[in-house]
Amino acid sequence: MIEEKIEQLKKKIDEVTKDIRSSKSLNELKAAFFGKQGEISELMKSMRDVPKEKRPEVGKIINALRDWANERFDSLAETVKKIELDALYKSEKIDVTLPGRKIQTGAYHPDTLVVRELVDVFSGMGFEIFEGPEIENDYYNFTALNTPKDHPARDMQDTFYITDELLLRTQTSAGQIRVMENKKPPIKILSPGKVYRSDDDATHSPMFSQMEGLVVDRGITLFDLKGMLDEFAKKVFGPSVKTRLRPSYFPFTEPSVEVDVSCFECGGKGCRLCKGTGWIEVLGAGMVNRRVLEGCGIDPDEYSGFAFGMGIERIAMLKYGINNMKLLFEGDVRFLKQFKD
Amino acid sequence: MKAPLSWLKDYVDIDVTPEELQKKLFGCGFEVEELIEVGKDISGVVVGEVTECEQIEGTHLHVCSVDCGEHGVLQICCGADNVEKGIKAPVALIGATVYATAKDHVTVEGMMTIKKGKLRGVESYGMLCAGAEIGVNGDMFDGADYNGLLILPKDFPNGADVKPLLGLDDYIFDIGVTANRPDCQSILGIAREVAAVLGKEIKYPDCTFTAAHSDEHIKVSDLAPDLCPRYIAHYVKDIEIAPSPLWMRRRLAMCGLRSINNVVDITNFVLLEMGQPMHAFDLSALSGREIVVRRAKEGEKITTLDEKEFDLTPDNLVICDGDKPAALAGIMGGLTSGIGSATRELLFEAAKFARDSVRKTSRALGQHSDSSAMFEKGVNEYTTEMAMNRALNLIQTLGCGTVTDVRRDVKTPFSHDGAKTMKVSLKKIDALLGIDVPAGQTVKILRSLEFGAEVHGDELTLKVPPYREDIDDYPDIAEEIIRMYGYEHIDGTFMPTAKVTNGGYNDEQKAENYLKKLLVEQGLYEISTYSFYSEKDLDLLKIPADAPERKFIKIKNPIGEDLSVMRTTLAPSMLNTMVRNLRRGNMDGALFEIAKVYIPGELPLKTFPAEKKRLCIGMFGTCDFYDIKGAAEAVAEGLRTKFEYVSSTRSFLHPGVCADIVCGGRTIGYVGRLDPAISEELALERKVFIAELDYDELTACAQPFKYRPLPKFPEVTRDLALVAQSDVTCGEIEKQIYAACKYVTDVRLFDLYVGEQVGKGKKSMAFTVTFTPGEEAITPEKCDSYVKKILSALERNLNIVLR
Repeated sequence: MIEEKIEQLKKKIDEVTKDIRSSKSLNELKAAFFGKQGEISELMKSMRDVPKEKRPEVGKIINALRDWANERFDSLAETVKKIELDALYKSEKIDVTLPGRKIQTGAYHPDTLVVRELVDVFSGMGFEIFEGPEIENDYYNFTALNTPKDHPARDMQDTFYITDELLLRTQTSAGQIRVMENKKPPIKILSPGKVYRSDDDATHSPMFSQMEGLVVDRGITLFDLKGMLDEFAKKVFGPSVKTRLRPSYFPFTEPSVEVDVSCFECGGKGCRLCKGTGWIEVLGAGMVNRRVLEGCGIDPDEYSGFAFGMGIERIAMLKYGINNMKLLFEGDVRFLKQFKD
Repeated sequence: MKAPLSWLKDYVDIDVTPEELQKKLFGCGFEVEELIEVGKDISGVVVGEVTECEQIEGTHLHVCSVDCGEHGVLQICCGADNVEKGIKAPVALIGATVYATAKDHVTVEGMMTIKKGKLRGVESYGMLCAGAEIGVNGDMFDGADYNGLLILPKDFPNGADVKPLLGLDDYIFDIGVTANRPDCQSILGIAREVAAVLGKEIKYPDCTFTAAHSDEHIKVSDLAPDLCPRYIAHYVKDIEIAPSPLWMRRRLAMCGLRSINNVVDITNFVLLEMGQPMHAFDLSALSGREIVVRRAKEGEKITTLDEKEFDLTPDNLVICDGDKPAALAGIMGGLTSGIGSATRELLFEAAKFARDSVRKTSRALGQHSDSSAMFEKGVNEYTTEMAMNRALNLIQTLGCGTVTDVRRDVKTPFSHDGAKTMKVSLKKIDALLGIDVPAGQTVKILRSLEFGAEVHGDELTLKVPPYREDIDDYPDIAEEIIRMYGYEHIDGTFMPTAKVTNGGYNDEQKAENYLKKLLVEQGLYEISTYSFYSEKDLDLLKIPADAPERKFIKIKNPIGEDLSVMRTTLAPSMLNTMVRNLRRGNMDGALFEIAKVYIPGELPLKTFPAEKKRLCIGMFGTCDFYDIKGAAEAVAEGLRTKFEYVSSTRSFLHPGVCADIVCGGRTIGYVGRLDPAISEELALERKVFIAELDYDELTACAQPFKYRPLPKFPEVTRDLALVAQSDVTCGEIEKQIYAACKYVTDVRLFDLYVGEQVGKGKKSMAFTVTFTPGEEAITPEKCDSYVKKILSALERNLNIVLR
């Protein structure tokens, strides 16, 4: 009798759960069977009508049914969950080849990138940064740099004048004097900044940037200049790059040299970048002229030093392969966007 | 400086290839910027003798048999009018390359390769050439200017390559000479260096002459010794103006000068050879037969050889005769005393004029010449004297006049002959170089450079060559030694004697780097623009005449009006950059620049102006005001401060879309949209926004970073939807909310609505207000009371109600 009822109930459970595809309906069904008014609960309640002696036996049967039903629903739940997850996975499948989203940052100007790289290299060697004024007087820009009024070297640089005395500095070397007047050796400074010359073509711009370096201490020699330049060249242009000094002339250094680095594009074999020579001119340098030291109140018999100066745009053009200096001052966003680091 | 190899060989026995010489010169400080092979384009041209020549009937053409020696006898058709039996001329063989000339047979139009041809049915196996076709003119070879065949001398062997015969196998060294070596701005100067690097003796040009006695009285006075330290005049008579001989014309031609006549050519030749400008006056045209060197009088005039008239001032040094200027000193002679075919007597001038004086006059008058260029570089008196003697020697060599013994050599207190002795320490030289050059080597090097050099122990006694005015102290000697000894001897060391120093950025530079980082992170691109602009740029921005931006520093000698004014604001540069982008089709962009503006104290400028940094931000394209304001806010946040934005105006900004940026009660800049009227004027199709901030004020607003402990209790947020009159600003509301409750730490607008649902003249604004608890937690009840306080303040002060 009870067995019959149980068999029917089992059949019913099988029947109604057959097409269940969602956890929600499964849970509702389970609640319907196990709930207060549910058929399993009713069956449990009907125990009251079972004679006492038969209760353990019937109880066993009913418990078995309940266990069976629980198991049944649990296993169904697992199945349904899997079905549901599969559906979810399917519905949420994306095209992984669609473009990603990123935070759009801007970029530094190539000059800034080069200055930072140089400052990194030289600050490690103990160089401090000094920035002088852009509107200078004749004294700091020329006279104190051993370039008096009728000096032919003044023709090397076409100067923009404000008055007879004030001018736009033509070289960051002007800052050298300001430092040496106020600081006694040891001096190791790096002076980046804008300079101005009355020149305007593909490789010249009326405004450009330079980086000047100055070392004054006891016993500084041309060997030290060469050693420092070797280090600079390796760090900035690559570990296998060599430097070459050759004679040149600047009024404020003696001896003066032009400094070439071996071509980092072809390794010195000769290519378009180095115009087939294997060498690229990167900066001017020399031992600080005794008169310049003297003028700043530094005893040239006690101290000696070297100075070097390079064009930031020139380094940027070499490093990045930029062919026209104008591009650096035009602010074309297509140009600027390439310098994200 | 152009130096032909053939000319250098007059003074030095050069036994290396031009390429080797180029390398050696480079090593000792003379970069050969270009090594020009004179006849590089010409090949396969030989001497040919016309053995038979017959006119092709009905044409101007001749068919010739040409004996080309080892190349055989060739049949060649020729159209030149001077072809005839018996002449010799250059023959371009089949496969030869020569210049192609235009119809005029003179103008070179390119290159051509000779092929077998057929003219009027007659086969032709080559081409008889004119001078122009093989790159030879009349100064390089007599008769080469003739518009027809270049007739060659009978003694040229048939079949021989014409290049060496015509001097086309020469090389020209175009050498970069540094400013300290004006003595090398001459063939002789370069020859001295060549001799030194090759270890050869230098052969000086012949400067001797015999002087005929003359009683001619010529007076020379120098009234401006500071500008003319030395003046030498020499009288030459019986002048016969004639063409120069070929050898001299060739020398000039190789250096790019055309021959004029013997006397003028001699002055040009000496200038090239020795670097001393010379001038020849027609003495008969000099009033009073005298020379006065003086500053011009105000209002005096001169007409120079090129027939230009100049008004002079006392800044200009002139060479005068008895009553008027006869030459612009060192620049150009006057027209009236110039050499002409009628000249019978002349006064040669060789002088030293001050560099600065020549430069100033030359620039002021806009009159330049080879002579002025040389004086600006600098001449030395040793050469001045030598050059005069050389010119007189050439007068005799060329037979164009009688050299007299009348010389006026005016030495002034400013004069010095350049002779100088020095004693220097070998140790000091080595210490500077960081290398020990053997004493013997040092002496050898210096002697090769014509220094008298003796060593006694550590002391080096030197007699400096009189033309080396650049030699001043022992570092100059060190340089001479090392450039000849070779920089390859210099190895690297790393300042073993120097003290250790601590490097890196200072705080100010670090702050600027940080600011740039903030801006780059906001998606802005850094730009760099010129520090100067045009006054018109300010006009475009309608900057009023009395605005501080109009008080600017002007460049005296700008490249052009466009770049003539030192900027007082970055806005024009930023606007120009944005406009340039838009014109190039870059329709979106966000840019920034940190750069200086130049603020004068008093004008005209007497002392250094203030150089003040500014930060300028520009945005264009599909952005709006709040994008650029966002960038400014990010800056404020990065500096741990807050900006207020107060509706304002600027002459170039939209009056409704412009704000002062205020921080700590000070206006530190502005932000806004470019006035649509200006946009229209510039035909801009996109909106453009500009912000500019005073960098110092900005960085002064920065608050130091300080860690704040996390709140013990969670923050509470409430959303408030408010209805306000439409003229109430967001900023006013935010201020009220902050003021009403001290626990408010953030007020953020998240919705703004204007429309029917709130009624006309009103707007709805929804804010999220964040309350951060202090010592106690904020319970919902407490929060309600804070909100109540806020609402009543809003209602009381701004007539705002909850929606």
